[in-house]
Amino acid sequence: MSIMKFAPEALKNLFKPPVTTKYPFVPFEYPERARGHIDIEIDQCIGCGMCVRACPSSALSVNKNEGTWTINRFDCIVCGYCVEKCPKKCLSAVPGYQEPEGEKGEATYQKSPEVLAEEKRKREEAAKKAAELKAQKANEQLANEGNKAK
Amino acid sequence: MGKRSIIPYGPQHPVLPEPIHIDLVIEDERVIEAIPSVGFIHRGLESLVDKRDFNQMAYVAERTCGICSFQHGMGYCEAVEHIFGVDVPDRARYLRTIWAELGRMHSHLLWLGLLADGFGFENLFYQAWRVREKVLDMQEMTSGGRLIFSVNVIGGVIKDITDEQMQIILKTMDEVEEELKVLQKTFLEDYSVQSRLHGIGIITKEQAHDLGCAGPFARASGVKVDMRKRGYAAYGELDFEPIVSNAGDSYARCYCRMMEIYQSIDLIRQAIGKIPKDNTLATPVKGNPDGEYFMRVEQPRGEAVYYVKANGTPNLERMRIRTPTFANLPGLCEMLKNTELSDIGLLVLTIDPCISCTER
Repeated sequence: MSIMKFAPEALKNLFKPPVTTKYPFVPFEYPERARGHIDIEIDQCIGCGMCVRACPSSALSVNKNEGTWTINRFDCIVCGYCVEKCPKKCLSAVPGYQEPEGEKGEATYQKSPEVLAEEKRKREEAAKKAAELKAQKANEQLANEGNKAK
Repeated sequence: MGKRSIIPYGPQHPVLPEPIHIDLVIEDERVIEAIPSVGFIHRGLESLVDKRDFNQMAYVAERTCGICSFQHGMGYCEAVEHIFGVDVPDRARYLRTIWAELGRMHSHLLWLGLLADGFGFENLFYQAWRVREKVLDMQEMTSGGRLIFSVNVIGGVIKDITDEQMQIILKTMDEVEEELKVLQKTFLEDYSVQSRLHGIGIITKEQAHDLGCAGPFARASGVKVDMRKRGYAAYGELDFEPIVSNAGDSYARCYCRMMEIYQSIDLIRQAIGKIPKDNTLATPVKGNPDGEYFMRVEQPRGEAVYYVKANGTPNLERMRIRTPTFANLPGLCEMLKNTELSDIGLLVLTIDPCISCTER
C-alpha cells in the first residue's frame, strides 16, 4: 500500500498534449463504416417499399407515383435494416450524424423530372403493350369460338 | 437505540448514472434497511413483439441497453437461432465473441471511471474513460456504431472484421494493456482508494449464492459462476477461467472487474488467433420460428436470461429479458444494511447498476 501512486502520471500528463480535439475547429474524422445517417440515391429507387416494411421504428414512407422517399430523421435509429433489405442497393448508411434542428420534421427526397418522365413513359408503354396483348388474346378467342360454331 | 428516520435516495442523485430510488431507514447515520423501487424509465420493449416481426426485434433487443448492447442482441439472436435449429457459421461465432469482449472491456472501463468519480478521484475517472475511448473507436471502426453495433441478425452477423482491422485491434489491445497497468497501480494499490473500498459493503459467499447474485458481483464474493463457460458463441473453444475473489467487499469487486478487462484482452487475442477464414457470415433462415427457448448469456454485469416463445407467425408470442441488475438488487439491499450513510453512493455503484436494462 502506498500513497500518491498516481502523482507521476498526473505530472507526466502536464507535459502531454490533450487527448481531446478542439471539435468545431478541428473537423472530426469518421471511420469508413460509421453509421451516421441513411442516405438514398433517389433516382435508383423503384419505390417497392421494402425499406418501409423493414424499418423497426416506422420512420420511412414511400410514394411510388410521385417518386418520393420520406424519412423522419428523428425517428430513425440508423440500424441499417433498410439498407440490408433494399433490392436495388440504393440506400446506404453514411458517416455524419444528424445535425440539430429547431423543429422536428421529415426529409423528403424527390426523383428528378427526367427520371420521372422516363418512368412514366415506360409505364405507359408497358400498359399499351399489355392492352395490345389483351386485345390480341380476345381476338384469338373470338376466332376460336367462331371456328367451333362452324 | 437512536432515532429512526427515512431518507429517500435517488432517482436523481449526482453519483447515480441512472434512476433508481431507494428508501433508506437510518438510525444514527447507519442504514438499518434499504427498500428499492424501480420503474421510472419503463419503455415496454418486451411488448413490442406484438408489433415488430422477429427480424426487427433483433434491432430492438439490442437497444435495451446502451452499454451491453451487443450482448443483448446476441442473446436474443441465439435464442431465436436455437428455435430455428440453424448452425451459425464459425467465423460469425468468433466475430460475435470479439465484439462481445470489446463490449465487456468498455463497460468495465466505464464502471472503473464511475467508481473513481464515486469516491472523488476525478483525475482517475478521466484517465479510465480516456482508455475506454480507444475501445469505443475499435467498435466504431468495425461495426459502424460507437455503442450500438447493429451487426447481429438471426443466423449470424452482417459485417466482417477485415484482416487489417484485426491488426489494428491487436495493436490497440497492446496499448490498452499498457495503460491499464498504470491505472491498476492506482486502483488496486493506492492508499486513498483502498481506504474507500476495503471492507465496505461485504457480501459473503452464502449470501451471494442465496440471494441469486450474478456476474462480477457474485464472483467477487467467491461464487464461481460465469455463463461464458456454457460455451455459447466461440467461448467453448477458448481457454479462460472465471476470475474469483473471496473477500466480497467493494475492493474485491474492483479487483474482479479490473482483472476481467485483462481477461477480455486475452480472449480477443485468442479469438483473433483462432478465427477461421470463411466467407459465409450468416446462415439464411426460412419461414417463421415455432417453439420456445431459454438463453443465458454473460453480460458485463452478469447473467442475462432471454426467454423467447414463438408460435409460427412473424410476431413472437412472448419475449422476456431478465437482466443482471435485476438479479443483483436483492444483494444490493442486503449489502446496504449496517453501512454508513456516506458510503451509500459508492456502494450502489459497486454492483454496476444498469437501470435501463432492468426496466426495459
